[in-house]
Amino acid sequence: MPKLANIKKVLVIGSGPIIIGQAAEFDYAGTQACRALKEEGLEVVLVNSNPATIMTDVNIADRVYVEPINAEFIENVIKTERPDSLLATLGGQVGLNMAMELEEKGVLSEYKVRLLGTKIDAIRRGEDREYFKDTMEKIHQPVPESVIVETIMAACQFGRKIGYPLIVRPAYTLGGTGGGIVENEDELVDIVQKGLSYSPIGQCLIERSIAGWKEIEYEVIRDAADNCITVCSMENLDPVGVHTGDSIVVAPAQTLSDKEVQMLRQASIDIVRELGVVGGCNVQLALDPYSDNYYVIEVNPRVSRSSALASKATGYPIAKVTAKIAVGYNLDEIENAVTKKTKACFEPSIDYIVLKFPRWPFDKFVTADRTLGTQMKATGEVMAIERSFEAAMLKAVRCLEIGLRHLEMPELKSLSDDEIRAKIKNIDDERCFVVAEALRRGITMEYIHDITKIDLWFLSKINNIVKMEQKLATEELTPELLRKAKQYGFADKVIGNIVSKDEFEIRALRKANGIIPTYKMVDTCAAEFEAETPYYYSCYAQEDEVEVTPRKKVVVLGSGPIRIGQGVEFDYCSVHCVWALKDMGYETIIINNNPETVSTDFDIADKLYFEPLTVEDVLNVIDKEQPEGVIVQFGGQTAINLAGPLAKQGVKILGSSVDSIDQAEDRERFDELLTKCEIPRPKGHTCFTVEGAFEAAHDVGYPAMVRPSYVLGGRAMEIVYNDEELDHYMKYAVKVNNEHPVLVDHYIMGTEVEVDAICDGKKVLLPGIMQHVERTGVHSGDSIAVYPPRSLSEHIIELIIDYTNRMALGLEVKGMINVQYIVRDEQLYVIEVNPRSSRTVPFLSKVTGIPMVDVATKCAMGVSLKEQGYRAGLQLFPDYYAVKAPVFSFNKMSNVDIVLGPEMKSTGEVMCADYKYSRALYKACVASGINVPHEGAILMTVADMDKPEAVEIARGFEELGFKVMATKGTAAYLKEHGVEAEIAIKVSEGPNNIIDDIKAGIIGMVINTSNHGRDADRDGFKIRRSTVEHAIPCLTSMDTARELQRVMSVMRRRRVVSVVALQDLEDEF
Amino acid sequence: MKKGKLVLKDGSVYEGALFGGNRNAIGEVVFTTGMSGYQETLTDPSFCDQIVVMTYPLVGNYGCNPVFNQGKRCFFQGYVIGDLCDCPSNWRNEQSLEQFLEEQNVPTLVGVDTRAITRKLRKYGVIQGVIVPADMPEAEVQALLAMPEVHNQVKTVTTPEIYTMGDGRLHVAVMDYGIKQNILNYLVSFGCHLTVFPAYTSAEEVLRYNPDGIFLSNGPGDPKDLPECIEQIKKMMGKKPIFGICLGNQLLGLANGADTYKMKFGHRGINQPVKDLQTGKIYISSQNHGYAIDEKSLEGKNIRVTHISCNDGTIEGVEYLDHPSFTVQYHPEACPGPGGHEYLFQRFIDLMGGGK
Repeated sequence: MPKLANIKKVLVIGSGPIIIGQAAEFDYAGTQACRALKEEGLEVVLVNSNPATIMTDVNIADRVYVEPINAEFIENVIKTERPDSLLATLGGQVGLNMAMELEEKGVLSEYKVRLLGTKIDAIRRGEDREYFKDTMEKIHQPVPESVIVETIMAACQFGRKIGYPLIVRPAYTLGGTGGGIVENEDELVDIVQKGLSYSPIGQCLIERSIAGWKEIEYEVIRDAADNCITVCSMENLDPVGVHTGDSIVVAPAQTLSDKEVQMLRQASIDIVRELGVVGGCNVQLALDPYSDNYYVIEVNPRVSRSSALASKATGYPIAKVTAKIAVGYNLDEIENAVTKKTKACFEPSIDYIVLKFPRWPFDKFVTADRTLGTQMKATGEVMAIERSFEAAMLKAVRCLEIGLRHLEMPELKSLSDDEIRAKIKNIDDERCFVVAEALRRGITMEYIHDITKIDLWFLSKINNIVKMEQKLATEELTPELLRKAKQYGFADKVIGNIVSKDEFEIRALRKANGIIPTYKMVDTCAAEFEAETPYYYSCYAQEDEVEVTPRKKVVVLGSGPIRIGQGVEFDYCSVHCVWALKDMGYETIIINNNPETVSTDFDIADKLYFEPLTVEDVLNVIDKEQPEGVIVQFGGQTAINLAGPLAKQGVKILGSSVDSIDQAEDRERFDELLTKCEIPRPKGHTCFTVEGAFEAAHDVGYPAMVRPSYVLGGRAMEIVYNDEELDHYMKYAVKVNNEHPVLVDHYIMGTEVEVDAICDGKKVLLPGIMQHVERTGVHSGDSIAVYPPRSLSEHIIELIIDYTNRMALGLEVKGMINVQYIVRDEQLYVIEVNPRSSRTVPFLSKVTGIPMVDVATKCAMGVSLKEQGYRAGLQLFPDYYAVKAPVFSFNKMSNVDIVLGPEMKSTGEVMCADYKYSRALYKACVASGINVPHEGAILMTVADMDKPEAVEIARGFEELGFKVMATKGTAAYLKEHGVEAEIAIKVSEGPNNIIDDIKAGIIGMVINTSNHGRDADRDGFKIRRSTVEHAIPCLTSMDTARELQRVMSVMRRRRVVSVVALQDLEDEF
Repeated sequence: MKKGKLVLKDGSVYEGALFGGNRNAIGEVVFTTGMSGYQETLTDPSFCDQIVVMTYPLVGNYGCNPVFNQGKRCFFQGYVIGDLCDCPSNWRNEQSLEQFLEEQNVPTLVGVDTRAITRKLRKYGVIQGVIVPADMPEAEVQALLAMPEVHNQVKTVTTPEIYTMGDGRLHVAVMDYGIKQNILNYLVSFGCHLTVFPAYTSAEEVLRYNPDGIFLSNGPGDPKDLPECIEQIKKMMGKKPIFGICLGNQLLGLANGADTYKMKFGHRGINQPVKDLQTGKIYISSQNHGYAIDEKSLEGKNIRVTHISCNDGTIEGVEYLDHPSFTVQYHPEACPGPGGHEYLFQRFIDLMGGGK
């Protein structure tokens, strides 16, 4: 069937901010979908609160609403735009839930908006547990047997009928408290007894346990004519029990016979047909490793993270095809964008193996529970493509950027064999490394398999890696052995370590023997048809199929996996850099390894190399392509870190030089520059001993900001207020020595200001200035940022322009520069300078209308600002305000303190704009998921130093009609200053305490600041965690609290819901 | 393992490690894109005398088991793969693929850039090649390459004797040109009992059994190598409903005056989309053919095209308007490959009057 005739204007709902479980994959899917719809001549209206995405660029949709994804706001957009249809299956669970809510509220029918693609009923059949179970039973697809019991007797009966093991889940207990896997009736009785008492409604769900089974996924696409294909099968290395987002996944499935492959494929198709999904759908199945028995675990009736992986793994653009199907096309009417000769109605056949490895945030959340289970914890992932499992695995490890080049963790070396044996039992982020270490120690595959249930096939492949290590260690490094090691994916550096040579010696040896990588194309069809996709991966084979053109080329380095501190915003920058270079007539080559992102879509750059971002892997591509140079300033710290080593190998770094980067990053050199430019910074010293740290602290004066010099991005950074706290920090947080000095700076409490500027080497363009709501000491990524600034004096603004100019020119920046300032008592201090693109660039680009990355890229390539038509200096402030607010994923991470500090904790961000500042901020709070309370009590429990500030805030909430509750000390202080607060009982003081009040819904918001530095404040920690579990706001900065109170006060009798398209920002205000 | 090489007639050489079979492999080199089902492929008699290249590089992962066999043995000339699994893992695994290939005497070249060969074949079409030890002198290699192409593979693969299978109500006479086991299994599961005849059995003898229908099987090689078989088929037409698969499709076409031609590199894989022109539906199918019915040769004949390939538009199925017969070029019985084609078997059952 051709395109539906009565569709003209389509509303697309995005997935909002990046949180754990919902990351950049929906920027990729959403961007593809919007482009696919526009290709059809449709007008596209987009709602997505996430400014750091390509999707919310004004050229992707006709009307872009960066507004909260919330039924009221979307209804308003519908009212304003009057779209005739809605596409909701490309915005993750958020988009899907929103469509269901709009349907339930009657909004879709009221405005005659037709839901494209999968219908509401099909979505419900897939999402509702009971409905799904019934549907599966109808078509004889097995789901794990389960029963809800209220007595031990009923549980035992079920156990006798089904057999063991079983999983017990008490109903409505947080985080599954009281549940577990039972192996026999005795254990069942024990656990159910406890479970029934834990459950507030006295119920337990008992289910057949399929932990340890093989976990297999299928990506299925169905069109409205019932044509149905599977794009790809995927097999989890981690057996059932670990969330698929936290599993190492390979595609296609590896340990299944054709009989099993076809059985599960057919089951997936039957399920998708019965559900009536129209578009992409993901089916997860569990297969018994010892029979043909299987169970259906779950269905996602939408484009998912796995769809993004399957798309990148095969080259088949699932999101695009889903969008085309939604507007009426059938699979045989949609072109295969890869071959351009065949149609989308086929099943990709691949001639390589793909491996996905998750990237977890445990490096940032050191106290978090690392156990992997049903709650996803990874923030991002990497994908590797190779011709063998061994090489795919090692490539993936290199992609992760966790300081490792090999499936080997130095920390494990010091453990005894028994400790390693014990560690194999842990299902956590290190499991694969522990397995490799165990094999190294001679622990058998069978032993490991018995404990982990990881299929022997995977274990034998990991063992092959270990065997190769041993071969390299014991045999002479002949060219044959070297080639074999490279075919197994060993990095030059790893081979070098084993044979006592450095990475570049091995590289030279390789090249001398003609052992260089060959690049193969990802073409959906295993070379059966000629393809035009410029999408490549490396391997050590016979034939290289990349055709190098004589054009002028530039390599753009991507930013690797999404992690805290390096999110989707850097992918945004990489993509824009590519577009700008294309615009200048260059052939663009991107190197990246993140399967979730837009930058790794095969039609972004002229060539895409899906490779790790290490010196070796990047140099290999450069050897092959011979580009003019490499651009590193848009790929976050990943790319910046490669600049020096690449330059050392003779690669030209385009834009700001390696020396500029070094000057900004090296503290001594940076101090010299500031002195030369006469720019003040907080007084500080580099210390090599504990005594030195104390001397420095006394010299600069408390409070002091302390941090190790060798880690970037705010890791292990703290503010200490006295000797005692400094002593604790020096003892427990860092190890100071000559190689690893500690930096001690005076901490200046003040207003934080951030600037992203562009310099062509002679002139500096400042698109805007952002002012943070939270004072210094809260990581800039976790602060609420406001553009334009609201309370800076003309004097300070002039200083900002002046200092930014001096530093940009002093550092000889060509491209982007990011500066963070402190304003205190009409003085301006510099805290940090980065000669690269920053997290705020997409936000600032969107609200200023200046395509900053494009301009900066051209500057880096030698085109002056003037030639580009830009006037240097600070641009005019607009008549509206834009607010960027951080978004956290604390509910996914148990045991992590949510208190804000110098270490970044947020996973994503939202933006809202309005001509009224208060509304912009209020909307941003709503968009970021803060449940702004309308009733109930505000609990205040603050540190002594914050008490004076608490008075005004408490009074404000009192005036708004909220009851103020406070812990004893805070309450007494408030009373002294004329605010009556009900005394709340501390957790340590017994029952009916604060946590009970939170549970009971009496408390609607918590304002809590704690004594600095240490984790001593267990009470506060418990309160903060309990706010996460009950989804009430907890503000840990007095500034956020004050600002929110003011805004609530202003907005009290005003309309909150007001929407504006980015396209109208300039005109309307 | 010793070193070996695949040499193509155009002079290209692909090196690897050689094992299995104490002979040289000489034959037409073809590639197949299936990612699973290597044992089914290895035992599919339609590959008789060919050197088969697997585009999927990881082979042997789940070992071997007799239940997967599609023919009584492997008829490959040679086998070319990327990475042979040395530690197969699956509950059905009874024998490693390496052992299987040794046992079946199949010269196998491992560690080869199979994608490079595939690209070559895609560009130049199927080509003669040899798998030989790496140190074989050039003149000897050339002599092997110059050997004439082998024909009449059906003789090698067909059953030497008549046998029966199943105990269903409908009686199907199966012409075995190199039939795959799963076709027989399918027919039995649809309530048929089968009498399987050697390929060269006369029509008279077959009809003497008074079957309810006749099935023309798949098989290796050029259909035009089989004029005797075509003559017999002509005598069966109209007498009983006929259903044919793959070679059976081509033979019935030739018997009805249509023409067949050799394709550039054929269709071999388990991801091939086929469109049923009567319903407009798309089916993903398993395919293994190097010849096809020429569409132009159908002009003016009472033959209707029922299925086409979505990839290249070639004929994938026809029905005959003058007699109750239909055939498909692809493999609805799968093994390896996807199911979902049961309706074709049902159509045959219906034609035999067994659908009630």
